[in-house]
Amino acid sequence: MTPYIANLSLSHFRSHRRTRLGFDGRPVALYGPNGAGKTNLIEAVSLLSPGRGLRRAAAEEIIRRPEAIGWKIAATIEGPGLGHEVEITAEPGQPRSLMLDGKSAPQLALARLIRIVWLVPAQDRLWIEGAEGRRRFLDRMTLSFLPDHGEAVLTYEKSMRERNRLLKDDVRDPGWYRALERQMAEAGSRIMENRAEALSRLSAAQDDTATAFPAADLSLIEVEGTPAPGPDALTDALAASRPRDLAAGRTLIGPHRSDLAATYRAKDMAAAQCSTGEQKALLISLILANARALKAETGAAPLVLLDEVAAHLDAGRRAALFDEICALGAQAWMTGTGPELFAELGDRAQHVAVEEQGGESLARIEEPSP
Amino acid sequence: MTDAPKDIEALIEVMARLPGLGPRSARRAVLHLIKKRGQLMRPLAEAMTRVADTARECLNCGNIGTADLCPICSDERRANGQICVVEDVADLWAMERGGAFQGRYHVLGGTLSALDDIGPDDLRIPKLIDRVRGEGATEVILALNATVDGQTTAHYIAGEIEGLGVSVTSLAQGVPIGGELDYLDDGTISAALKARKTL
Repeated sequence: MTPYIANLSLSHFRSHRRTRLGFDGRPVALYGPNGAGKTNLIEAVSLLSPGRGLRRAAAEEIIRRPEAIGWKIAATIEGPGLGHEVEITAEPGQPRSLMLDGKSAPQLALARLIRIVWLVPAQDRLWIEGAEGRRRFLDRMTLSFLPDHGEAVLTYEKSMRERNRLLKDDVRDPGWYRALERQMAEAGSRIMENRAEALSRLSAAQDDTATAFPAADLSLIEVEGTPAPGPDALTDALAASRPRDLAAGRTLIGPHRSDLAATYRAKDMAAAQCSTGEQKALLISLILANARALKAETGAAPLVLLDEVAAHLDAGRRAALFDEICALGAQAWMTGTGPELFAELGDRAQHVAVEEQGGESLARIEEPSP
Repeated sequence: MTDAPKDIEALIEVMARLPGLGPRSARRAVLHLIKKRGQLMRPLAEAMTRVADTARECLNCGNIGTADLCPICSDERRANGQICVVEDVADLWAMERGGAFQGRYHVLGGTLSALDDIGPDDLRIPKLIDRVRGEGATEVILALNATVDGQTTAHYIAGEIEGLGVSVTSLAQGVPIGGELDYLDDGTISAALKARKTL
């Protein structure tokens, strides 16, 4: 049984003063005018996975104004075995706190509960903008396959921040550098291996299924000087890079500088050269491949969040997307401006109308028009 | 704020600064002490005065004692060639509670952290190197926390000691005694699996 969100309740979460909705596991189509609060709803869902959600927002930014009394997301997750109750709250000036089945829990505990993948309009320019966005996109997919990837990334980043501070302060203690470089190399190697593993699973998932979306050939590009994964090689490379790094005041090699390259397979064309629509189709293709691979591996499809997904798709591709999502059996949350965008789904999905009234978002489940 | 007289209010304020106590629990503790003035408050005040006058860091290992050398460093039976490096005194006490370690300790007084501006010279690392040379140590056991800072410090010390002819070991990571696998996080389970042993 694929886990899904059965109840979602938002309190003082951005435009939602008080929203309560119940779901039955079918895909969810959210529609309403711009600014109605659709994305806020799926942002709340995205916060049910570790990290800062699909907008990468700090807890403080999410607080509803003018009340400014903090916010709360409560959700019940149904799935195989027992259901789970998740509560995420943030008081003003405080970080988020998580309660899982009534007990306080670390954020990483969410990764074991439910897997969530997403695509948002901000990623439409993913292939043409800087490498950071592509790295983050890849890391989220990697995290969905390998939940311990998050811990490797945290360890790597923490030791790199420490090393960068030494570089900036022009500290010349080789022993201190060596100790940090060892930590970076162990975590960094795991990051590189995890990413390669995720790419191979994505590639297999694309090869195994006929889909209306274009296949992408993916590869990792490392900056010059970054060796193949292996703690010893990476330790040595970081040590060798120290003089250059000292001059730059930061770490110049390592997996924090990797890039993800994609080629539109059928046209043998780099993703950045493709049309806007094709670039979007490639991203959707990868998200669907990610979801299929997770389903093949765990038996359960992840939650798929697709914000404004209909925007760049023609009617044919849209219908194909809906068919693929239904075939996956995933609780996919999709947003769009009007109900007609989701008419094709009919009763295969739950339709939710979202509107803004007097400065607050109102959401209600609607029966699709015949 | 309470309506207590000034002196008592001042005592509550000081108590509230102790770890684990807040204003409310400090108030409760002070009221309790006042009620038990004879049995509790006076002996506590006397004990505190005594310790305040005599407590000091051991010049050798950094442990807290009442003389220049702590009882462990002055005990010749504990000079068995092993030095166990810990982050602070609370860790030393935890090791001693276990009673399994018969060597001596070295308290670093923290961990390396460039971001917090704590370098090797702010810790008792140079003193450790001196001790390894001077006390004829054969093994240095790194009992540091399994955090990024703790492990960076462990790597640093291992690097500094390399070449001094002592073996450097660290505590094992894995299944706690009486622990159930089901309750362990994935990282601990994989560490335990890597460090598995033949029965």
